[in-house]
Amino acid sequence: MSDAAFLSLEKLTLAYGDTVAVKDLDLSIRKGELVAFLGPSGCGKTTTMRSIAGLLSPASGAIRLDGADITRVSANKRSVGLVFQSYALFPHLTVFENVAFGLRLKKLPANEIESKVTTGLKSVGLSKFSARKPGELSGGQQQRVALARSMVMEPKVLLLDEPLSNLDARLRLEMRTELQRVQKETGVTMIFVTHDQGEALSLADRIVVMLNGAIEQIGTPEDIYNRPTSRFVADFVGFENIFAVEGGKLKAGNGPLELSGSLPPDTAGLAWRPRMVTLGSGPFQGTVRGASFSGSTREYLLDTPLGAIKAEEDAALAARETGTAIAFDLPVDKAARLKKFG
Amino acid sequence: MKPRVFTPLVLFLVIGFLIGPFFIIVAASLSGGETLAFPPQGFSLQWVAKVFTVESFRESFAISMLLAIGGTAAALVLGVPASYALSRYKLPFGETVRTIVSLPIIVPGIIVGLALLRYIVVPFGFNITLVLFLAHTALVLPYAVRVVSASLNNLRSDIEEAAVLLGSSRAGAFFRVVMPNIRSGILAAFILGFVTSFNQVPVSLFLSGPGVRTLPIDMLSYMEITYDPSVAALSALLAFMSIGIVFLAERFLGFSRYV
Ligand SMILES: Nc1ncnc2c1ncn2[C@@H]1O[C@H](COP(=O)(O)OP(=O)(O)O)[C@@H](O)[C@H]1O
Ligand SMILES: [Mg+2]
Repeated sequence: MSDAAFLSLEKLTLAYGDTVAVKDLDLSIRKGELVAFLGPSGCGKTTTMRSIAGLLSPASGAIRLDGADITRVSANKRSVGLVFQSYALFPHLTVFENVAFGLRLKKLPANEIESKVTTGLKSVGLSKFSARKPGELSGGQQQRVALARSMVMEPKVLLLDEPLSNLDARLRLEMRTELQRVQKETGVTMIFVTHDQGEALSLADRIVVMLNGAIEQIGTPEDIYNRPTSRFVADFVGFENIFAVEGGKLKAGNGPLELSGSLPPDTAGLAWRPRMVTLGSGPFQGTVRGASFSGSTREYLLDTPLGAIKAEEDAALAARETGTAIAFDLPVDKAARLKKFG
Repeated sequence: MKPRVFTPLVLFLVIGFLIGPFFIIVAASLSGGETLAFPPQGFSLQWVAKVFTVESFRESFAISMLLAIGGTAAALVLGVPASYALSRYKLPFGETVRTIVSLPIIVPGIIVGLALLRYIVVPFGFNITLVLFLAHTALVLPYAVRVVSASLNNLRSDIEEAAVLLGSSRAGAFFRVVMPNIRSGILAAFILGFVTSFNQVPVSLFLSGPGVRTLPIDMLSYMEITYDPSVAALSALLAFMSIGIVFLAERFLGFSRYV
């Protein structure tokens, strides 16, 4: 079962009136996976989550969960949990009653509700706060109530919309660990939205990078970080030297440049992180324009016939003077090969 | 003048102007004389006692209470769903509806009353009590919509979606998580509507007939015939009733947040 798709989105198109927010999205997620939707604001992450939860009906396409087509199943019968970016706790109910809300609707016996809520609150470390109202809690605590409220329902899929973005830096790290722990302990299939690549890389089993309502790349954190396949993803994860490739030649500065080594025919671009650039030797010539020291490394900005190049070197090496000429190389074997350049 | 003298003076004058008449009425109602006069002549509680013996006062008080409670309740039954729809959905004529609903505040009551009498009651022979009831409902509706909208706008709409995702139906979400959170707004609207309806004169003036009269109208016609201090006594009693209601509302609801 672990390799089969547990949740799949098939040619999903989502629209607000005439505005298409997400187009022809295909995605399949395995049971127990922790997936991150990563992308800039407005790319359709929330919209996709809302449609999985059933709060937005698709213009076309299908959603399948655990072997059933749930495209037309209403939101209250889907077994999909959603933790809202704003938490959406019920202000008139205590923490305990917030968590008990869904269990009461299920008409479970009172002692079962009691024990589930108690366990749920304990697992997020809020046992002491069960009698408080949401207004008397900090942002991080409210977030954990929202998490417990969804988790006690034992959803098939738990969706979290930007679960960390409203928290301060310290709480964010704490909550990151918390989410990972809850996911590992319960094995729930979890999708969370973020626009922070660090969060996605450190938490997710798999990352779905979105741009303009479509998937740009899907892969493990290593794939995304080391092997971006599009210009956008390369840029997003910090490849700062990105060039188009046409007919096996690098398109840069003064014209096409022969590359040492051959490339697969579908290569549309190449990208290097600053630290992948070889300094001091190589076929290209440049001038040091500026340098910045960042503790363990020194970053140089080079003026070259290819355009501006950013290179990085160990800070233990001698600093290079601004204005000096320098040879450098962009090693093709180290570069990320981009299939999409647009 | 220096502001230190000027500001308290203005404050004093304004407050005096606003609540001065109240004290005059109270004093006049405790008069021992036979006519409505200020300063009062002597002291007695006879006029306060007389209020309760005038049969027409008792009848019109009942009618006013019925209109104020029933009309406000009806306005809320219409106004709460209307406010909900206006605040949660982008309706094609939302703004127009909002404007139409608030018209009864803007159009002078005299005109509303005359129009209802001339074009509804007279030509179609409608029951005057029914028209009076509908008129009060319409007069209170703007307040109901305004106050309830204000508390709905303070409530995030995503809690309803959260309720749905936890297994509730849409309607269930409204009753389980919206209503409890706007309850004090609804109560505030009720009180405001009650007071508005109870004190309403111009519209009710046109819509009175044999045996159907609201209390303020009854007081007007009583004064035309009998010029004794019992009207002052009744006014004072009503004023205390309003003060009591608003005091309780402020104490338990923080009423002033809504008005
Ligand atoms: N309620 C709405 N009505 C109309 N357009 C919307 C609505 N919500 C989102 N959009 C549009 O859909 C696109 C995707 O939005 P969203 O899914 O919220 O992005 P993200 O969560 O990735 O920031 C955006 O262009 C946004 O303007
Ligand atoms: Mg969003």
